[in-house]
Amino acid sequence: MSSKNRILQATAENQPTLTQLPFIDFDSLIQYPDPVAAFEMVLKKIGGEIIHFKNEEEILKSISKADQDGEFVLNTFRQQEGSLAPFKNASAVELAHLNRVYLCGALGVAENGAIWLDENAMVNRLLPFITQHLVLILNAKNIVATMNHAYQNIRVDESGFGTFIAGPSKTADIEQSLVIGAHGPRSLTVYLFHN
Amino acid sequence: MKIGLFIPCYIDQFYPKAAVAALELLEKMGLEVYFPKNQTCCGQPMANSGFEHLTTGCNRLFIENFSSFDYIVCPSGSCVMHLKEHLHLSGHDQQAKAIREKLYELTEFLTDILEINELSASFPFKVGLHQSCHGQRGLKLSQMTELVAPAFSKPEKLLAMVKGLELIPLNRKDECCGFGGTFCVTEEAVSVKMGKDRLSDHLRNGAQYITATDLSCLMHLEGILRRQKSSLKIIHIAEILNHQPL
Amino acid sequence: MKAMEHAQAAEAFIRDEARTDWHDETLWFVRQKRDLAAQGLPEWEQLRDWASGIKNHTLSNLSQYLALFEENALKNGIKVHWAMDAVEHNQIIHQIIKEGKICRMVKSKSMLTEECHLNAYLAAQGIEVIDTDLGERIVQLRKEAPSHIVLPAIHLKKEDVSDTFNEFLDTEKGNNDPQYLTESARQHLRDYFVGAELAITGVNFAIAETGGFVVCTNEGNADMGAHAANIHIACMGIEKLIPKAEHLGVFLRLLARSATGQPITTYSSHFHRPRPGQQMHLVIVDNGRSRQLGRADFRNSLKCIRCAACFNTCPVYRRSGGHSYHTAVAGPIGSILNPNIDMKANADLPFASTLCGSCSNVCPVKIDIHEQLYKWRQVLVKEGHVPSSKKTGMAAMTLVLSKPTLYRLAGKMGRVALKYAPFVVNNSLNPWYKQRDMPQAPEESFREWYQKNRK
Repeated sequence: MSSKNRILQATAENQPTLTQLPFIDFDSLIQYPDPVAAFEMVLKKIGGEIIHFKNEEEILKSISKADQDGEFVLNTFRQQEGSLAPFKNASAVELAHLNRVYLCGALGVAENGAIWLDENAMVNRLLPFITQHLVLILNAKNIVATMNHAYQNIRVDESGFGTFIAGPSKTADIEQSLVIGAHGPRSLTVYLFHN
Repeated sequence: MKIGLFIPCYIDQFYPKAAVAALELLEKMGLEVYFPKNQTCCGQPMANSGFEHLTTGCNRLFIENFSSFDYIVCPSGSCVMHLKEHLHLSGHDQQAKAIREKLYELTEFLTDILEINELSASFPFKVGLHQSCHGQRGLKLSQMTELVAPAFSKPEKLLAMVKGLELIPLNRKDECCGFGGTFCVTEEAVSVKMGKDRLSDHLRNGAQYITATDLSCLMHLEGILRRQKSSLKIIHIAEILNHQPL
Repeated sequence: MKAMEHAQAAEAFIRDEARTDWHDETLWFVRQKRDLAAQGLPEWEQLRDWASGIKNHTLSNLSQYLALFEENALKNGIKVHWAMDAVEHNQIIHQIIKEGKICRMVKSKSMLTEECHLNAYLAAQGIEVIDTDLGERIVQLRKEAPSHIVLPAIHLKKEDVSDTFNEFLDTEKGNNDPQYLTESARQHLRDYFVGAELAITGVNFAIAETGGFVVCTNEGNADMGAHAANIHIACMGIEKLIPKAEHLGVFLRLLARSATGQPITTYSSHFHRPRPGQQMHLVIVDNGRSRQLGRADFRNSLKCIRCAACFNTCPVYRRSGGHSYHTAVAGPIGSILNPNIDMKANADLPFASTLCGSCSNVCPVKIDIHEQLYKWRQVLVKEGHVPSSKKTGMAAMTLVLSKPTLYRLAGKMGRVALKYAPFVVNNSLNPWYKQRDMPQAPEESFREWYQKNRK
């Protein structure tokens, strides 16, 4: 018998009588009077930064004005598909010196400051991780209260890969001292727009 | 109301004053209290060591000695929890079940069954309350710091009725003292370290006495205190609640 | 591997009392952060209930969910492998490495690969895997095992890390700054990420309905490896399944809060399909889990989501260190999982507890850990895994305690011995007396007093 069949058979023989899934009552979940304020507070606590914009145009202006000093910067916000195509299949070697990346988040979560983005928004799965600094652009309207709400609003398998990102990469593996900038971005800034 | 007083073996042998205090306290409430002579032990020392199958004799004795009472009261949360979870005897299921239901640790009997609101006791000292784990987490005598739930404490409620008593705060409100039954000898190093750490918490916060609902914890802590020649003393909660103004 | 029983290893650990205090305080601080995070959610206890219910349901339907998960994963283009035990798990990975002619590979944290001793197995074949989680890299360089499943290097002080990095990464001698040391590791590991041909990761949750899996890290190391390499191998135990993606809404709220007090890990990555040109493998491992599923008293240990909250709250773990548990998963949860894997080798672990119950209270999926410790003790005694001296002692105690007349006599003798000849009891053979005095013997027992004063 194959290992698969042996495992499935042993599992079937040993599993207990079927029990029911619990009913998740959304009424008992925490409610935030101001989810955007809660999001901002938690984000700052976990090492993220936030900049408020009136609308998307303001963000665009700010990105184009930013002094890039010859650094390797990649902006996906309001870009033509074609201009990003070369990066789609770029390797880690080619992306190793990325300094700053601008990506669009689909949804934010008030309770933990996390932002969901999937492969379509990333262009290349490596981008949000390999860059030294990450900027996520988010519409304030797309902030939900909790992770329970978040999963109601996303489809995790819409693309091949998706992730919740909450703040910059970090570690406390040396004596529990928090250090920002482990293997991923050293900073995470959220550009939040309110139109 | 006929009360059977269950005095665990080590209290009987080493801490009779706590047993006397528990008896007198219940008598003061106007209860008829009896101490069945042939009682010995709840069987926990064997069971916690993995020998629950050897406790049949203890269980039989317990059922023989305590079946006839309205309530059974015991000044040890640990022994009560053990019996509530493990008192079984084949052929005597009903009796065992009845006993498990009418068995109470002393402080919960005072607050939940007798619903007392005042005591004549006086104990003008700074007291640290050690939360014995089996009483606290097993019998839910007080809220546990791990849970997100409203605070309450049956022992504290009673201690608040004692004149002059000042309950000191602790940095770790409900950490185990390290006694743990046979753990205290099989894991001697960890057991003693846990005990020393509990004691420093009480000392740092100015305790003159450490009290608890379980003497097993206190016996372990006292062992360390005496070795260290410390002036900090241990006292069972029944002795405080029964302590008369001088 | 086991060099000593838990009690002996713990005694050795405690000999450095200042360091023990530091270890205890550091982990207690993590427990406090967990408390604060939990108190921030009024629905905390409700979430624990739901998580427990979802896991119980999943276990009760596990064979069906495994089959469904595989079907969906295959549709997603993931290559699925099944391993009965640790050896088969290691062989499968070895085979993929051989077929791909892989030389450079990285691994993010996976307790399963620790359980299977994958690194040692591959090393014996001349293959080196670079651990990329900072804590795991530190212990790997020191040729040690992780001492904690979330904080692998928590037994080390920054001076130790500084010495290790000075030796292997050529950092400045005596520079103990965690910021500096972490930055050095970042630079050192970046080259490995960028050059990686193959990446191994663990799995936190596998979703039956979508055939995908979730990996959570703070450092971003799982993602760096998995997205850089052309081959990704994810390893999971059969108990990692959950029915639907929406259930992550419960588990991801509990996991990081229980583990470190963070509201969520920095990255919660959902893998469903390999990127174009990439191979994605999934190794589904039993290694005793289906047997544990058949043990009614112990099956719900399989609900564990590896948050380590039970480690951080355990007063014994904090004062004995993870290595004293001589297994990949230490702490209270390890003590109920490991006897299933090897009863004889791990017979000491269920006794390394005072049964205080704090572990069960912090467990986000409500495993009755301390009750299972008690039940394992009964099993281990019945299966003959305790020393015979203990059996004789217990039999004698039982005899005395079940016969009132013998009990009264023994009690009297015990007190007499204490009072008139303390050396009889107070000797070095009695571990009680090493650091504690015996109780002062009273004049009379309570029953003697009662006989005189009430009757």
